[in-house]
Amino acid sequence: MLESLPLERIDVAGVNAERVKMGSGRPLLYLHDGGGIEFGAGFIERLAQGHEVHALSHPGFGGSDLPGHFDSVDDLAFFYLDYIEQEGLEDVILVGAQFGGWIAAEIATMGSARIGQVVLIDAYGIKVGSRDKQDVADIFYLLPEVIAEMGWHKPRPGTKAPTIEGARRIARNRESHSLYGWSPLLHNPKLVHRLHRIKAPTLVLWGESDRLAPVEYGRAYAERIRGARFELIKEAGALPHVEQTEATARAIEAFLTPVAA
Amino acid sequence: MRFWHFTEQSYHPAWDKTTDPLRIVPPSSMMDREVVADLFHRYLDEYRLADELGFDIMVNEHHASMTCMSSVPAIPMAVLARETKKARLLCLGVPMANRMDPLRVAEELAMIDMISRGRLEFGFVKGSGWELYISNSNPARMMERFWEAHDLILKAWATRDGPFSWEGKHFHYRTVNVIPGIWQHPHPPMWMPGSSAMSAKIVAQKGYTLASFLCGHQAKATFAGYRKVYEETWGRECPLDRLAYLGMAVTADNQAEAERRAHALYAYWSTVPRSPAGTFNPAGYAPVEANAQAYLAGPAKQMSMGLMPDGKPLPAKPTLDELAEAGLLFWGKPDQVVRQIQRFADQVGGLGHFLMMGQGAYLDHKETADSLKLLAKEVYPAFKDSAPSPEPIAAE
Repeated sequence: MLESLPLERIDVAGVNAERVKMGSGRPLLYLHDGGGIEFGAGFIERLAQGHEVHALSHPGFGGSDLPGHFDSVDDLAFFYLDYIEQEGLEDVILVGAQFGGWIAAEIATMGSARIGQVVLIDAYGIKVGSRDKQDVADIFYLLPEVIAEMGWHKPRPGTKAPTIEGARRIARNRESHSLYGWSPLLHNPKLVHRLHRIKAPTLVLWGESDRLAPVEYGRAYAERIRGARFELIKEAGALPHVEQTEATARAIEAFLTPVAA
Repeated sequence: MRFWHFTEQSYHPAWDKTTDPLRIVPPSSMMDREVVADLFHRYLDEYRLADELGFDIMVNEHHASMTCMSSVPAIPMAVLARETKKARLLCLGVPMANRMDPLRVAEELAMIDMISRGRLEFGFVKGSGWELYISNSNPARMMERFWEAHDLILKAWATRDGPFSWEGKHFHYRTVNVIPGIWQHPHPPMWMPGSSAMSAKIVAQKGYTLASFLCGHQAKATFAGYRKVYEETWGRECPLDRLAYLGMAVTADNQAEAERRAHALYAYWSTVPRSPAGTFNPAGYAPVEANAQAYLAGPAKQMSMGLMPDGKPLPAKPTLDELAEAGLLFWGKPDQVVRQIQRFADQVGGLGHFLMMGQGAYLDHKETADSLKLLAKEVYPAFKDSAPSPEPIAAE
């Protein structure tokens, strides 16, 4: 829930954004899914038990401003590279879920010595299948109940926005998700050709029941990143960090530990 | 008041063959090519008849739809530019934000204006939400693209001294040079739809003709909003020819036949909601604030289908009389149709143009032709005297 997150305002290269900074330890930058920072609130709190977690609402999402010239995921990647430099983060762990996983992959291909490791969770962003078929489900076309059916391992009832402020955040999240992901549908055609540039050790986590971006898509993602590990999260759909928060956090910790040792 | 004949050029033979949506997803194998060709020719024949009867003509555009086969309005417009003699030819319109190549739009319309010797009228429309799934155009920032395309097209038409370059936010051209130029320089009369006082504001500021579509007495507030802003912007009374309304109209020389025809035409109305669920309002199509209010309100029980004269919504299953009262479907013997249109025009504060869906749904050719002839002979004369100047009025 949003209420549990200590939100603050921060300026990043001229963009006024909202941020959560929680916990202490090695820095970890969490890149939220299309549902917004609030969707991953429990996950952020869990990660903060062992890390200094940085989580911002992407420009255009939640309460973060949307500059007029922002319209693609590389704008967001440059925004986060600015943030990493501005905060002086070193050996940072990028953890991106779904739409945020796409951003994490873009950042990692751009190359920064400051990035230590990368975790992609049911990430969007690449095109690997045939041109006359969509690789991932068209979440901008499908009805919310269909998306829920395809996205959750165990579908849960939708929650109604209780306040106008909450409803505005949902409306902004949806509009910005569309701005960045409408076409090409949830991918950058060039990204798949740039994945070889990812030098940081990478873990690709996938919900075994994700039918929005199916498991084969996740495997294809991992196969194209040198040395990447691929693991399934049981009893999880497209948002394992929400549906199986503890299992997802543990899988990440297990991946991080050998490097730290 | 000017009357404009309009048909959506539907493929209605398939409507009752499925209960699935009629837009985006229906297989074209449901269509018989002989019937398609016959229908296209029939609709063009009816447009030509409308010209002979003294009506003006309106054409529109939709995509992947059994309710409107006119996916490229420049094509019927081009045919009509040559086949008709007097009618003004209104394209209302091109969904500008959905077009990847606005220069092409400027070129197509300029040719139509030249071939018709200056009979083109042109509308920029936002387009329906579901069209964005076909054009693939992003609903986010669509109005930004809309206005950039608008500015580019108008500059392309106005420019007579060779090419200019366009390096905008959304569109890029090395050279923009519309050859052979446009007949009605700097541009033809311009139209824009609007369904609220808020959306009418920008149309009034531009001085373009505002068209309200099938919204019944909602037009009253919309027109009032337009007139207010027009008068503030231009410092003079709003001319009547800036206000247009689109409704269905059909007549016959006896009550029973008129009622039958009214039912056949009104069947169009049942197709309005038949798009895939969830495609009416893709994220970004409506403003954030409107969407936020909608989330709080929960799923709408039914689509808004126009207002009655007292401001109440149209009943869910309106009678033909209620439809006439609402100003959605004008029907009956000619004298009844005259009274209905006059009453509606008076109630909404005056009308310069009646965009008349004179054909729709199951109204066949014989019925349409007979109705159009009666409308021309016994209805239109009651309004034609008050028609705005026949000279096209270029926007200020």
